[in-house]
Amino acid sequence: MSTHITEPVFPRSIRAMAEHEEAEPRFLGGHALCAGCGIPMVVRTVLNSIDGPVVVVNATGCLEVATTRYPETAWNVPWLHVAFENAAAVMSGIEAADRALRRRGGAYTVESPTFVVFGGDGGTYDIGLQSLSGALDRGHRFLYVCYDNQAYMNTGIQRSGATPMGSRTATTPVGQAHSGSPRGRKDLTAIVAAHQIPYAAQASAVDFADLSRKVRRAVQMGGSAFLNVLTPCPLGWGFTAREGIAVVREAVETGLWPLYEVIEGRYRLTYEPDPRQSVDRFLATQTRFRHLGPDEKAAIQDTVDRDWHRLMDRVEADRRFFDRDDILTDQSFRGRQVGGSPL
Amino acid sequence: MSKQEQQEVQQEGCRTSRPSPDARLVTGAEAVAEAMRQIDPDVMAVYPITPQTPIIEAFSQYVADGRVHTELLLMESEHSALSAVVGSALAGARTVTATASQGLAYMIEVLYIAAALRAPFVMAVGMRALSGPINIHADHSDVMLARDSGAVILIAETAEEAYDLTVIATRLAEDPAVMLPVLVGQDGFITTHAAEPVRLLDDALVRGFVGEYHVPYPLLDPGRPTTQGAFSMPDSYFPQKAQEEAATRQAGGRFLTLAGDYARVSGRELSAVETYRTEDAEVVLVAMGSVVGTMKDAVDRLRARGLRVGVLKLRMFRPFPEDALRKEISPGQLLLVFDRALSPGSWPPLFLEVAARIRGNSCRSLVFGLGGRDLSVEAVMTVVEGREDLPANAASHLGIAGGAL
Ligand SMILES: Cc1ncc(C[n+]2csc(CCOP(=O)(O)OP(=O)(O)O)c2C)c(N)n1
Ligand code: SF4
Ligand SMILES: [Mg+2]
Repeated sequence: MSTHITEPVFPRSIRAMAEHEEAEPRFLGGHALCAGCGIPMVVRTVLNSIDGPVVVVNATGCLEVATTRYPETAWNVPWLHVAFENAAAVMSGIEAADRALRRRGGAYTVESPTFVVFGGDGGTYDIGLQSLSGALDRGHRFLYVCYDNQAYMNTGIQRSGATPMGSRTATTPVGQAHSGSPRGRKDLTAIVAAHQIPYAAQASAVDFADLSRKVRRAVQMGGSAFLNVLTPCPLGWGFTAREGIAVVREAVETGLWPLYEVIEGRYRLTYEPDPRQSVDRFLATQTRFRHLGPDEKAAIQDTVDRDWHRLMDRVEADRRFFDRDDILTDQSFRGRQVGGSPL
Repeated sequence: MSKQEQQEVQQEGCRTSRPSPDARLVTGAEAVAEAMRQIDPDVMAVYPITPQTPIIEAFSQYVADGRVHTELLLMESEHSALSAVVGSALAGARTVTATASQGLAYMIEVLYIAAALRAPFVMAVGMRALSGPINIHADHSDVMLARDSGAVILIAETAEEAYDLTVIATRLAEDPAVMLPVLVGQDGFITTHAAEPVRLLDDALVRGFVGEYHVPYPLLDPGRPTTQGAFSMPDSYFPQKAQEEAATRQAGGRFLTLAGDYARVSGRELSAVETYRTEDAEVVLVAMGSVVGTMKDAVDRLRARGLRVGVLKLRMFRPFPEDALRKEISPGQLLLVFDRALSPGSWPPLFLEVAARIRGNSCRSLVFGLGGRDLSVEAVMTVVEGREDLPANAASHLGIAGGAL
């Protein structure tokens, strides 16, 4: 256990983030993301929670396409897009370049920039998993943010490895024989955590203080870090533009999207819904689940329960570790946040 | 080697230059690794594949011994290796890689993007057949995949040429008028693994020749934030491709200039097109890579029999050196174009390039040596002597039953 994680990390308040954005805009308006899309809120929270210079690599997807329509750009930080499946590898090269120039005495900045990758769920869970795994294995110092909107949205809402069970997509349509995705999502956060990196976490586009704190903890840990952020997509999920945060809140309150972090291999829940709500509440908010009957909903509830309990077993096993007095003094880090939603 | 030296060498019955006292016996792979050590790039990102492995193994030893300051990235695939190279080159660091065959095939998606992003770097290629069937030996099918990528493609005949071209390629890639990936191919095993005398230059000479790395908008400079790799609609895509194509074309002229600079420090001339005994030739063999050595021997022996034959070697395949080619070809000469690659359903790639450029010459197409099959001096002589029987309406597959000859 490294000593720096004994230092507390606090989220940046919404007001402080707004001030940061005012003073040093990093991501600007005027892009072509849909009204109600959760991505810009996630990007802004991430970038405004980081001090000092930032370099961004973006995988192909809605964020990249909608923010860089040549000759316009929404980015006011160095930004590079190469392809769909290689964002982590591209960032590996940039981070290595910084190290090499620093060693040679030719670095461009006094302190190394923070290296941030943004990739969608398709570019991360699926086609980009190998390059992400390689980059984590090599231990590059970077923060990978997966904005998980649970499908390939940019190509027209096809199923990805992040699509929840039962969800209707363009490649898992509702039909006479089959309806919706037959399988649930793969547990990417656990796959990433299995790389023994310093920090991995799940966050959401509902609790921005939680997201901000996780970004700051990830950067402070000083190695490879990963954030999986549930990000609402009105077009793909089927809700109106103003409902995104409420929809994601249901994902968190039902336990379908647990908020937790894995610090040097130890699991810790960062928000405990109490009581955990029936998954129906989440499913009812979106048209992509409208075709589901009671049996199918019950099957989805079963998988959510199973996954929740498995996660809780891990969290329980690591609880002693976090109860030690000498570590982890983050304000929001100790004790459960039970009852009343801080969201 | 000057024409006069060539004559002397021929008289001694030896086609290559005598090893000079300062030559070292090294393989093509070692020669390239040595060039890269001298260049001392900031970053090298690689993934192992035969016959490129001796390059990256030798370089790994340089890293282990602290003889270079390079960040060596051991990637989890070639796709990622090239992706890291692009990131590093655009970040502001001199970057190299090496690959072959399936590795190059796996990189192709990124290579096109690298050229479009105008990412300058050198890629050594141990040219090898493509699967399937899987085969590890010499063949040009892999570099042909890069043909339309926008990257510059240089091809070496010998280990020393691979060394020379690697040094020149560093400057060529980074030339402000070019800013493109440059591939330096050498034949798998035949050149990568066979030791030859190579006149390596002094470290300081090479360092001085390549100079400092510079890209106009390094991503690591937060003072000048740029968006690179933006999404292009029809209004901007074509104009951008046109600019990129112009850069690839300009690499031809820039190569000439840089090869001239290199000749001044090394004493070695490396033109895009080189000829051997073609002045009065009735038949000209056109080829790339190590087979040119075999052809020079065949030419000497055929000339001894009174046949007026010569060889035209291309060191550059992209941009295609059409002016140099036209200059070296005289009307009426029969061109026998030897390809170490196929384009099933059409003519092989080098033949197409040559045939598109010449007027008043007949051309015959020969495919040889796929998957590392040897082409002997005698086989070349047989082709030349039987040239009247070569079909004009199809490529001849040397050594294949029913493939003519
Ligand atoms: C190699 C490759 N395969 C497929 C595509 C097509 N493609 C572009 S974006 C995309 C979907 C991206 O999905 P995701 O990563 O979830 O991001 P989102 O669009 O949802 O933001 C796909 C399939 C591509 N660009 N490259
Ligand atoms: S399709 Fe979805 S993810 Fe893409 S821009 Fe629209 S709302 Fe955002
Ligand atoms: Mg997606």
